[in-house]
Amino acid sequence: MTVNSEQSPQLQETKANFNPNLKGRYRFDRVFKTISWIATFAGIVVLTVLLIGILVSGLSSLSFDFIVNPPSRKPEIAGIWPPLIGTICLLVITALFAFPVGVGSGIFLEEFSEDNLFAKAVEINISNLAAVPSIIYGLLGLFVFARIFEPVTGGRSLLSGGLTLALLILPVIIVATREALRAVPDSLRLAGMALGATRWQTVRSHVLPQALPGIMTGTILALSRAIGETAPLIVVGAATFVPFAPELSIKGLQSSFTAMPIQIFSWVSRPQDGFHEIAAGAIIVLMLVLLVMNGSAIWLRNKFQSNR
Amino acid sequence: MTDSVLPQSLGDSARGDRWKPNRSLSKLTQKLIVLLFGAFAFVSVATTIGIVLTLIFETIEFFLEVSPWEFFTGTRWSPTFANPRFGIIVLLCGTFLTSVIGLLVAVPLGLLSAVCLSEYAPRSLRAWLKPALEILAGVPTVVFGYFALLMVTPFLKTFIPGLSTFNSLSAGLVLGFAVLPTIASLSEDAIFAVPLSLRQGSYALGATKRETVTGVVLPAALSGIVASIVLGVARAVGETMIVTLAAGQSPTLTLDPRSAVQTMTSFIVQITKGDAPYGSIEFKTLFAVGMTLFVITLVLNFFSFWFVRRFQEKYE
Amino acid sequence: MQSQTSQSSPVVDTERVFHVQNTDYYYGSNLAVRGVNLEIPGNKITAFIGPSGCGKSTALRCFNRLNDLIPSAHIKGRITYRGVDIYDKQVDPIELRRRIGMVFQKPNPFPKSIYDNIAFGARINGYQGDMDELIERSLKASALWDEVKDKLQNSGLSISGGQQQRLCIARAIAIEPEVILMDEPCSALDPISTLKIEELMHELKENYTIIIVTHNMQQASRVSDKTAFFNAEATEKGGKVGYLVEYDDTQKIFSDPQQEQTRDYVSGRFG
Repeated sequence: MTVNSEQSPQLQETKANFNPNLKGRYRFDRVFKTISWIATFAGIVVLTVLLIGILVSGLSSLSFDFIVNPPSRKPEIAGIWPPLIGTICLLVITALFAFPVGVGSGIFLEEFSEDNLFAKAVEINISNLAAVPSIIYGLLGLFVFARIFEPVTGGRSLLSGGLTLALLILPVIIVATREALRAVPDSLRLAGMALGATRWQTVRSHVLPQALPGIMTGTILALSRAIGETAPLIVVGAATFVPFAPELSIKGLQSSFTAMPIQIFSWVSRPQDGFHEIAAGAIIVLMLVLLVMNGSAIWLRNKFQSNR
Repeated sequence: MTDSVLPQSLGDSARGDRWKPNRSLSKLTQKLIVLLFGAFAFVSVATTIGIVLTLIFETIEFFLEVSPWEFFTGTRWSPTFANPRFGIIVLLCGTFLTSVIGLLVAVPLGLLSAVCLSEYAPRSLRAWLKPALEILAGVPTVVFGYFALLMVTPFLKTFIPGLSTFNSLSAGLVLGFAVLPTIASLSEDAIFAVPLSLRQGSYALGATKRETVTGVVLPAALSGIVASIVLGVARAVGETMIVTLAAGQSPTLTLDPRSAVQTMTSFIVQITKGDAPYGSIEFKTLFAVGMTLFVITLVLNFFSFWFVRRFQEKYE
Repeated sequence: MQSQTSQSSPVVDTERVFHVQNTDYYYGSNLAVRGVNLEIPGNKITAFIGPSGCGKSTALRCFNRLNDLIPSAHIKGRITYRGVDIYDKQVDPIELRRRIGMVFQKPNPFPKSIYDNIAFGARINGYQGDMDELIERSLKASALWDEVKDKLQNSGLSISGGQQQRLCIARAIAIEPEVILMDEPCSALDPISTLKIEELMHELKENYTIIIVTHNMQQASRVSDKTAFFNAEATEKGGKVGYLVEYDDTQKIFSDPQQEQTRDYVSGRFG
């Protein structure tokens, strides 16, 4: 220890009751900090390895033919056209159903419902649904949409699959809508009503436009979760081999379907390496679609935040 | 706004002629909208009711054919064989094994990541790390399944002798990384919300940063952390594609992580991938297994609710 | 004791616990308090008073280097504790804080049992004696023992605000500090709880040196032996910078202040 001119810059311990052991404690601090950094990067390292591994084995199979060809028993000529179109159709059906119902529920709960039993039940119910495994929604879809409503949906069809996914993401959209509505200042509502507008007129023309970017962000994120879902679609009855893209008609809605995750699942489950490579190729396409969707959601969110 | 200032019942205003508000129409619209949106809100309740009714209905059918005794105590599972056996313990064991391995990865890594993001990472780095974890959370599970089966298992095989092509070890490890973002993100929210005054109180007593984190901040965030772990457990138990692809389809009662198992979820996939006809015993078995899975997540949910209510501390 | 501390006359070190010499307090490049010269005597209560934003809390938080937690906060000058420069590289803030306890504006008990609230600081600092005995001694010293002795395992948040604040005092004295810093300890409390804390402070000064920041001038005049009056003035950049106006015996500050500003403030003309 260097000795200062005035006095040693060490605090003299006057009481013997304490054994602070600062050296040991600091060592433990450093160890803990290091471990927590390692833990944080573990997830990121795994993500990186996964992405690079898929790029390495999948890039070679990407081509124009791969996109527009139907699946085949021969991996060299197999493509992803029907599942890609299937995923897009599912996305549209899911959005058409889940968006209005989810946003409507959100508006109802946030703007029109008093603190009554129904509102409370819905609230508890929504947080409960968040923990229900997606495969259970598949069983619901199988029983209700594919079996009970078979005359309408055509059984294990595109429509049944889309509706099942819609139910799955409904809670997410409701929560996003409520949060977006809550962020709109109350003064706006009071101003609207003070002009003699009804609550709905105020909500429609003032509150909703303000909340829309937030609602859209939440909806896109929910939809991007939906198109990655595999289990509920398998359970509802997605076919693993569909040679044609569905028709754009009522009949098309009622026809059997497949989707990108299903196709990937089917190819990964086969023993041949050739199928594994095209599975990686299909994963790249699926991840690109997800990237575009998430990117637009983040773009919307940032634009929204900077405007405030 | 096209509507007006004073309703007729308040008497004609001086400018009364120029304002023709259609009050009854806008009130009617509002009523219809509230009714419609209320019905929409009911859809989510109906979903729960639908799930419960569906599962109960087919499960009762199932138990008319299979004795509950065999279901809960049998040690063999072969519902599709000529001589079917229905011991759910086999599937529970498979789910237990993959979930435990997954949680052994996800809980410590998730909590430490949460601590690091909230307490150690500088703001600028945090702005990059959180989205990276969100990307990990957004990876479809079928992609994780590919990763487990075709990348992790071959890698583990190089140094673990006796590892079969399908095994619960690789499935569990990857499952852990799929669940990690859920635990990390929700715990981080809880840790971040601990008021600064508690941290200051701890530092003022001569605590180091680590002592403040583990001695004061983590206990103060306990209810949120437990809720995040419970949700992580529910995710692990209900996860389907990773275990279906990487842990195999062989219903064996084993706790050996090197061998193949079948979980509840991968059984459901196995049956529905084929075309189980309505009314067949396979079809009913699906729902009995689904019911078991649902009850487990329900119990976890109730535990989480109870715990948060019991231990949540209110700070000013 | 001396009347004006701006000129530092020699004082025995055991008497003079803190010596602040010509110190400026900064947040980043913003000067928060300028040119403070101050000596804190041992086993006395020193009160810091002044209008909001005058930097009295900032000055207080530098005595145990709690402001180190704000990355941009730093000082220029010299603050010594028993002759040791507390901002010297070799002084460990962790060790310093064990020696200088602190009680905050709002009661901030940890969400643990009453027992563990007190035991926490003692455990981490490697307390060698009997823990139960230390808990009892600390609670008695903070006049809380009789009220909580039957519910030591209850949560520290389950007791009333005044009790919580006394628990925080017990927590601070359990690690046997020499100094207790109090940052407006009664501002969140009702008058009866405030009175109890003030009585407690009188007892505590037998064994501890106390520095208290307060908004409440009556409180300063009731409890303190010495009073430092801080004021703030506007800067050219539109900010505020605090400075020490006057520091003297409390009786003198309140009855015969040397500075005009002090006279105006203690007579309630501003602030």
